[in-house]
Amino acid sequence: MILLDKVGKRYPAGPGNDGHEALKSITLAIDSGEFAVVTGRSGAGKSTLLKLVAGIELPTSGTVRVNGQDLAGSRRALPFMRRKIGLIFQDHKLLYDRSVFDNVQLPLDITGFPPKEAARRVRAALDKVGLLSRERELPVTLSGGEQQRLCIARAIVHRPSLLLADEPTANLDMDYAQDIVDILRSFHQVGVTVVVSTHDLVSLRMARPRVIALSRGMLASEHPE
Amino acid sequence: MKAWINQHRRAIGVTAAQAWRSPFSHLFQVLVIGVAILLPLLLHLAVQNLQRLGGNLPADARIALYLAGDATGKDADQIAARLKAHPTVAGHRFVSREEAIKDLRRIHEIADLVDALPKNPLPDAFIVRARSSAPDDLEALRREAAKWPKVALAQLDAAWAARLDAGLDLARALAAGLAALLAGALLAIAFNTIGLQVVNRREEIEVCRLIGATHGFIRRPFLYAGLLQGAVGGAIACGLAALCVEWVNRQLPGLAALYETNIVLLPLAWQDVISVTCFAGLLGWLGAWLAVSRHLWRGGPA
Repeated sequence: MILLDKVGKRYPAGPGNDGHEALKSITLAIDSGEFAVVTGRSGAGKSTLLKLVAGIELPTSGTVRVNGQDLAGSRRALPFMRRKIGLIFQDHKLLYDRSVFDNVQLPLDITGFPPKEAARRVRAALDKVGLLSRERELPVTLSGGEQQRLCIARAIVHRPSLLLADEPTANLDMDYAQDIVDILRSFHQVGVTVVVSTHDLVSLRMARPRVIALSRGMLASEHPE
Repeated sequence: MKAWINQHRRAIGVTAAQAWRSPFSHLFQVLVIGVAILLPLLLHLAVQNLQRLGGNLPADARIALYLAGDATGKDADQIAARLKAHPTVAGHRFVSREEAIKDLRRIHEIADLVDALPKNPLPDAFIVRARSSAPDDLEALRREAAKWPKVALAQLDAAWAARLDAGLDLARALAAGLAALLAGALLAIAFNTIGLQVVNRREEIEVCRLIGATHGFIRRPFLYAGLLQGAVGGAIACGLAALCVEWVNRQLPGLAALYETNIVLLPLAWQDVISVTCFAGLLGWLGAWLAVSRHLWRGGPA
């Protein structure tokens, strides 16, 4: 499903810094249906790895293939590849001037889903993360954990085959973090490929994931937990 | 196809919601555009009406037909009959050589000189008024009349017509130049106002791109906004122009009385209203396209 071949990413030097090599020649394969956790200290390259898989950044060397497609291949194809991926962000990236419902509906709007069918799917997604009763509210009225769950609802409403979550539990206390992990596990159990980056493996142990450890931009170790 | 319709329906909805949320700022933007378009529109109207009124004013362009020295009263009658029957002649007046010399004598400085002449050197003449003041029409009539028997010389008093025509040409060029300039201004206004909207909704655009929105999807609501803004501005300009014409028409009777004619300015033709509205809409659309594209091209692969 995901193939990284000798992937390197170097951020260009700017004023005040002389560039930074975030990833060095990573070769890695993640199969369909896997639950993988990318871990390592901050600055090890976890977020960069996820950004490369999502096509948010392009590698400076090597190739990234998702579903057999080279992400560097075509900018035109990129939006359509993104639609097969669900993205969960550490900072949620919600639209704060729109209701909970409208936030989740956004990916369906983008694909031009018929409104009635879209509404049904939005409610199903909100139900899955336990926010159905709050669909009319604005995201600011939600707690941090609820906002993260809203972000997950938006990531899964279009039923992607791949879920990428960048530090989804970073700012949450243990109970909330466990909620998030449980939700991610439930998607893994129905066949969705899940890739999570985290510096905190503890809350993810229960999921028995494959652990990909990064250190200074290189693969440090790889082992099933 | 269905998805495409849904996407457009949504884009229009977003645009309408945006306008609804801040009606006053949108109203003023649209007014600015309206006034900007109004200026060349008024000039266009002025040129059009002047051109039309040029044919109505009593001071028509004239052609003088001087008859040969040996022309008799019968020859003159024949020419008069020809003029009467001619389709492009509005009227004519016969000036006999006696009348002409009397007129000349009335000018004090040369009265003595005229008296000193052994015999009247002046020919009989016709002063011909043409229906059209266009130089080409006048010249055609002059050339035709010059070929008639016993017409020694046909002279065009076209200076006035030529001057009006040159003046109108200049005004027309000015209107076109002003229109081009303000088209540029309109583009800039749309670019700026839509650009501001783009900046305000930067986060939304970023999120949309992250979850698979194409450039077309992101552009669409802004394009509709630009189109709407331009078209409504154009329609407002047409409305204001109509008000101006109406206002001038109320003031006109006093002036018209002096010229002993009935002058009424014609308002914009509905074809003009449609083309102005469409053109302004198109410019708004183009400005919006540029504004969003600039933002998207800056954004990198994300």
